[in-house]
Amino acid sequence: MRRAPSHSYPGLNLGEDHASAHKFTEVVTFGFWVFLMSDLVYFGLMFAIYITMIDAQAGGPGPHELFDLKSIFAQTLILLTSSLTVGLAMLALKYNLPRGRIVLWFGVTLILGLSFLVLEIRDFMAMAEKGGIPQRSGFLSAFYGLVPLHGLHVAAGCLWLVVLGIQLRVMGLTDLIMSRVVRLALFWHFLDLIWIGIITIVYFGGLSYG
Amino acid sequence: MTSADPGFLGRLSWDAFPVAGLIQNPSTNEIVANAAAAIVLVGAVSVIGLLSWFRLWGPLWRDWLTSVDHKKIGIMYIVFAIVMLARGVLEGVVMRAQQAAGPGEGFLEPEHFAELFSTHGTIMIFFVAVPFVFGIANFVVPLMIGARDVAFPRLNQISLGLTVSAGMMLMVSLVVGRFSTGGWTAYPPYTGAAFNPGVGPDYWIWAIVVSGVGTTLTGINFAVTIYKLRAPGMKFMRLPMYCWTIICSSILIIFAMPPLGVAALLLAADRYLDFHFFTNDLGGNMMNYANLFWLFGHPEVYLLVLPAYGIYSEIFATFSAKRLYGYNSLVIATMSIAVLSFTVWLHHFFTMGQSALINAVFGIATMLIAIPTGVKVYDWMATLWRGRIRFSVPMLYGLAFLMLFVIGGLSGVILANPTVDYQVHNTLFLVAHFHNVLLPGVLFGLLAAYNYWFPKAFGFRLNEGWGRVTVALWTVGFMLTFMPLYFVGLMGMPRRSYSWEDPSFHPFMIVAVLGALVILCALLSVLVQLWVSIRDREKTRVLVGDPWDGRTLEWSIPAPPPPYNFAIIPQVTDRDDFAARKQRGEAYPTPQSYEDIEMPRNTGIGFILCVSSGVWMFALVWWIWWLAILMTVMMLLAVIVWSFDTSTEIIIPAEEVRKDHEAWLDQVHSAQAVDRDYEASTENQGLARPDLEAVT
Repeated sequence: MRRAPSHSYPGLNLGEDHASAHKFTEVVTFGFWVFLMSDLVYFGLMFAIYITMIDAQAGGPGPHELFDLKSIFAQTLILLTSSLTVGLAMLALKYNLPRGRIVLWFGVTLILGLSFLVLEIRDFMAMAEKGGIPQRSGFLSAFYGLVPLHGLHVAAGCLWLVVLGIQLRVMGLTDLIMSRVVRLALFWHFLDLIWIGIITIVYFGGLSYG
Repeated sequence: MTSADPGFLGRLSWDAFPVAGLIQNPSTNEIVANAAAAIVLVGAVSVIGLLSWFRLWGPLWRDWLTSVDHKKIGIMYIVFAIVMLARGVLEGVVMRAQQAAGPGEGFLEPEHFAELFSTHGTIMIFFVAVPFVFGIANFVVPLMIGARDVAFPRLNQISLGLTVSAGMMLMVSLVVGRFSTGGWTAYPPYTGAAFNPGVGPDYWIWAIVVSGVGTTLTGINFAVTIYKLRAPGMKFMRLPMYCWTIICSSILIIFAMPPLGVAALLLAADRYLDFHFFTNDLGGNMMNYANLFWLFGHPEVYLLVLPAYGIYSEIFATFSAKRLYGYNSLVIATMSIAVLSFTVWLHHFFTMGQSALINAVFGIATMLIAIPTGVKVYDWMATLWRGRIRFSVPMLYGLAFLMLFVIGGLSGVILANPTVDYQVHNTLFLVAHFHNVLLPGVLFGLLAAYNYWFPKAFGFRLNEGWGRVTVALWTVGFMLTFMPLYFVGLMGMPRRSYSWEDPSFHPFMIVAVLGALVILCALLSVLVQLWVSIRDREKTRVLVGDPWDGRTLEWSIPAPPPPYNFAIIPQVTDRDDFAARKQRGEAYPTPQSYEDIEMPRNTGIGFILCVSSGVWMFALVWWIWWLAILMTVMMLLAVIVWSFDTSTEIIIPAEEVRKDHEAWLDQVHSAQAVDRDYEASTENQGLARPDLEAVT
């Protein structure tokens, strides 16, 4: 059985007869997926660089001296929860809840994203105190090339949350804004995915092999 | 920040200008450097002067710089590529002249020579080949697939803006400071801060990063355009061959540009922030750079040459008046090349310390690429076989390509053998090889495309006689310049040498410089052809739009096409849909009704990002930190403010579309059809005479 048009994008309620809106959303969402794939290559390469440089510690501090798994655990919980709250924003969109609900979940996500960044920066500062600065060794360069790159993406996501939150208030739930909400959600989940890679490869991998 | 006093203008000072060098030390070397800077300045001033004199700033802004029309963006890409081509060719001639001067002779200093080969490579790859390839793609792809624009027209404009601003950095580096001496590959640690503290590698890094972003966005745009915007009925196996090559090329961009961005940005981290990715000390590893760079670099050559293959496929079919032979095998071969191109990057550094086993694996993988390429060559020859061939300009380029490219491909298979590579790597043999694939492969293809689609873009044909002269000059110039390099390469002459001692090289070098002068004449001939064609345009009008008895959809619309391309989106029923329609006698149907057409509205965002990214790069190169931060904020703000603008569409009313389309249909019906054997005559108004016996 053919699925009704309103289901062609899960979480997006464009109505039954908006053929052009569907076409637009389809093209833009696909394009955004392609962009994410390209971005994923950036991260993939940085992971590869990190793996090749795990031994390049040049007598400087290594993973055992520098990594604080308690803080990483807290960051992981926060980031995974923020994925849940973005998901709740998407559900609010899907079930036609008042747009204030979407803005609310955006706000919660923003707070979680910012707390993640605060914890991450605190980690970097603690590492720097133990001599773990990127200028110290190839290993630390690779670490600081990868983990803050993810952090930068989270920061960009936070900026996007703010801008889109304002646009939701000012412009309302137009087709364009709805498709932007979908893309932001995709982006946010993507960052979660990268983070899973970071805890496995950078932190656990570093502690096992470094 | 590596030492330095961050003054108001960073490390920019009077010494950065080449005039300072001329005053302190007048020599031929300084005169050449100053002449180059003067050409850039005179060029810039005269463009500004001419625009002001003819009061063209308004039209330039309204019709071009703010346009999101894929056709105009394509044309701007091509103009930009030809300007950069002129500089690249001139640099090539100066280098050939230096090497021809005799053993131990020459007029350039080693540093200057190194700058020349670095800019020559960087320009020819990133600012000639890439923008030319995607200029043609921009113009042609939406017309071929029956679309009204690309998937993301505004993003397309931004891509153009970023590519142009990065190219401008190369021009600025002639006037302010000096460009890198590290070759187009910019291998560290030589390009690291320890050995090269100057601005040169920084110019290279930022030009590469910014143009890389532009190219990535283009790749995404074209992949999505071809996947999602094909006209109804155009299944994948009805897609014209050229569009297949562009989709493969776009996929290569999406996956191959990130390694280049990573390599350049990590090098920037080493240089600016004292990281140790590629340094000699503290655990840096330059092999990571070599792997990253060629992980990009090898797919790059295929993303350039595949579209050229696509262009030749269209041209061989059209000018043989036959359906393309072996379409399915060509599609499979194209896809195979695209996939294989990711498995061979290591052959660029066989001599850098891998085990024999790894070298052998990559050597074999490299040789495998010859198989799908060979399939293509046979398919093209089979397309020519028993066709009604016209030796028009694009076809002549195609034939020169077939003969010369095979030589280049074979020398590639020779180089793919690691044991041979150990003997000839880093010699002029290699230089001869890649020029042998890039000139007859990519450049001839692009020039053929320029001659082929020019009448579609401007409504009149290019001059045939000067076109033939140009083909002859390029072909002869290429052979004279690069065939001798195979020999001196085998004799052991290293590439990138500003000077040499062995007298037996001399005769070859003299032939090569003569060839370079012929290539210079070929470049001038391109411009003369354009000039003559514009002068005589009234005699070569082809407003009906089908001057070559074309086979694909772009020939079924007026020349030049209206902004919306297709008054009615066509229903596709065949691979060569327009040829099939002509055969059925339904080439120019009268539509029952017309609809309002929604088109993207002009915007200035591309221009704003072009200027601000240009200033941003300049600020980073010269350590003017406040300006770099200001420009970063400005670019962010521009994008955010722009995202609030939702009136991005304009409506072209159905009545207007009807009026224009009917006026054109009247032209079609009153035009005299011309037999394709007379297409170069003044009788050709762009309406092909249907030919019942030869179409198969």
